[in-house]
Amino acid sequence: MSQLIATQKELHKPLTGWTKIIRPKKTFSLEDLRELWTYRELLYFFAWRDIKVKYKQTVIGIAWAIFQPSMAMVVFSFVFGKLANLPSDGTPYPIFVYSGLLLWQFFSSSLSDASTTLVSNASIVTKVYFPRLLLPIADSVTKLVDTFFASLVLIGLMIYYGYMPSLTGILIIPFLFLISFMAAEGAGLILSAINVKYRDVRYILPYFIQMLIFITPVIYPTSIAGAYEWVLKLNPMASVIESARAGLLGTALIDWQSLAVSATISGLLFIIGVIVFKKTERYFADVV
Amino acid sequence: METVISIKGIGKKYKIFHKQRGYVALRDVISSVIFKPFSYAKGKAKNILGRSTKEIFWALKDINFDVQKGEVIGVIGRNGAGKSTLLKILTGITPPTTGEVRIKGKVASLLEVGTGFHPELTGKENIFLNGAILGMTKKETESKLNQIIEFSGIERFIDTPVKRYSSGMYVRLAFSVAAHLEPDILLVDEVLAVGDAEFQKKCLGKMDEVTKTAGRTILFVSHNMDAISRLCKKTVLLEEGEVAMFDDTDKVIARYLQTKQEAASATPFPVTDGEVTVRDFSISQEEKQTNEIAGEKPLNIRMDFSIAQKLQSFRAGIFIKNSLGTVITRSFVQDWDQTLESIEPGTYAASLTIPERLLRPGEYLVELKIFCSGTRGYFENQRIEKDFTLHSPKDFNEMQSKNTTTRGYFLIPTEWNIQKNG
Repeated sequence: MSQLIATQKELHKPLTGWTKIIRPKKTFSLEDLRELWTYRELLYFFAWRDIKVKYKQTVIGIAWAIFQPSMAMVVFSFVFGKLANLPSDGTPYPIFVYSGLLLWQFFSSSLSDASTTLVSNASIVTKVYFPRLLLPIADSVTKLVDTFFASLVLIGLMIYYGYMPSLTGILIIPFLFLISFMAAEGAGLILSAINVKYRDVRYILPYFIQMLIFITPVIYPTSIAGAYEWVLKLNPMASVIESARAGLLGTALIDWQSLAVSATISGLLFIIGVIVFKKTERYFADVV
Repeated sequence: METVISIKGIGKKYKIFHKQRGYVALRDVISSVIFKPFSYAKGKAKNILGRSTKEIFWALKDINFDVQKGEVIGVIGRNGAGKSTLLKILTGITPPTTGEVRIKGKVASLLEVGTGFHPELTGKENIFLNGAILGMTKKETESKLNQIIEFSGIERFIDTPVKRYSSGMYVRLAFSVAAHLEPDILLVDEVLAVGDAEFQKKCLGKMDEVTKTAGRTILFVSHNMDAISRLCKKTVLLEEGEVAMFDDTDKVIARYLQTKQEAASATPFPVTDGEVTVRDFSISQEEKQTNEIAGEKPLNIRMDFSIAQKLQSFRAGIFIKNSLGTVITRSFVQDWDQTLESIEPGTYAASLTIPERLLRPGEYLVELKIFCSGTRGYFENQRIEKDFTLHSPKDFNEMQSKNTTTRGYFLIPTEWNIQKNG
């Protein structure tokens, strides 16, 4: 069974004046969206908390945000670029892999956080009511800040290798993050439901997420698949990363059609994720 | 009068699984599908047909009552009566299975102090974070910041990360934030049970002040009858998930204490668990069964039990716990007589005398413990306990110490030898 907490302005129900109604309820409704909006300040505080804690020692915080993708870039450039000699659409391999890694890390860390968020915040979730969706969203906001610092390295690389992004390439970036966000949250929220039910799933998840990098064109371009390129592009992150490279590095023209497809897939994933999450949220406080 | 909380037919159902406890592991499900496919399918089928071995347990059944604006309502009941579940439903943490609650006004809940405190953040930062979690806007917190810091009494450490705080400081700060919430309706659960006596007093004082603020409606769940009778005009008594009584606080507390007494004296002996049957368990002083114990005389604990078959590594005895649930000491028959570790079938009566002037005055709980060391314990799901209140010895010049944590557990039953030298 479920619940509805409807925050209604008195104007809507002048006769009764009730501000909150709690009753069993089954599905997601528009009231939930309105409720999210009324709690936006808490979203800010959750994000603020994580950013504050992470960047308390500013220099170390930033260094850490840069270190992870940079290290991965160095290792990947050596293993996949040098040893395996993977193609990189005519760009230097380090900048090719780093541009992919930036979006990939935002996606994968948002995904893994969203999938464990209910369990890791159990102490708050069982004591106070607020729309639980705030938690994974706040996590993603924190990840955006990490990505911001990590992208400074990309700017450095672009200057070093002499790349000038196109205007479209810059303008498209917020949308690419939005698509990544929806895909990560959608999948993450579905996994969080499984995670709440089967508490051992979280031990498998990190490996699962790590493996996903191989079906995403981070270390290789989609063109590598030849005639089967379209299969790779069903992965919403594929078009996102390819478009970022097209826009920033001019590897190709932006493929608007496949970007639209991945936006649609991400959007659907997001909606399904939210619905599944709402269902989990209802009984979560009872199973912990 | 204006009704601000209207509770209609609220029920909450929980499923108790017979074989599983807590959460389910996916590997267990997978292994049962692979290795015991038939019993798994049978279980699923039973589930669908509604004949599973799951037991359905109604934590709350058909709760109905209204709360008027400005009322301070107490909620009491024994453990498991549904008090916390009711509060969780009212706050929205868990949904009801049936019924409906209508609420008018801004609600804040206090199920715990310091919810969401982050150890890495400073005191001040945590005030904002905790305030936001409890439903205060940033503006509200800012306007109350000085009051909050002042009330907590830890101005000097307000810019220190709370991980460096002592637990006392932590609780002070946390309560201080909570005490400055200004919702229309406040739901409070047992938070006064924290901190030392002095701080508890301060909290009660603050609660008094809050309750007197015009128009503030409060629902207050507690085991502390003093606090309830002091703060609440009317009180709800919950018994096994139902409202047993909703009336003036004095009447409700009287009824509660009476039923508690009856339940305690009506422990149905004998109780059997496997090979062991307990026939009686009692506390007495001067040959009279009582739970009001005078500190200047010894008290006696007696247990009557019988054993159906010969047992090895057998131990029978007691735990003595203080009001915080700490085991102060324990004692077993076999502590001083090893031969009884291998016990013959039969009926036994064991009694233990606890000397006068040994324990600190206070509330105690004696739990009967019977087990075979390393193999099995008895009466673990159905504890056999007796409580008693130990009063100060008449000649004991007790200092009214405010700080319970510095009182210790034992009395040293001799007098000081003191001489005046010059």
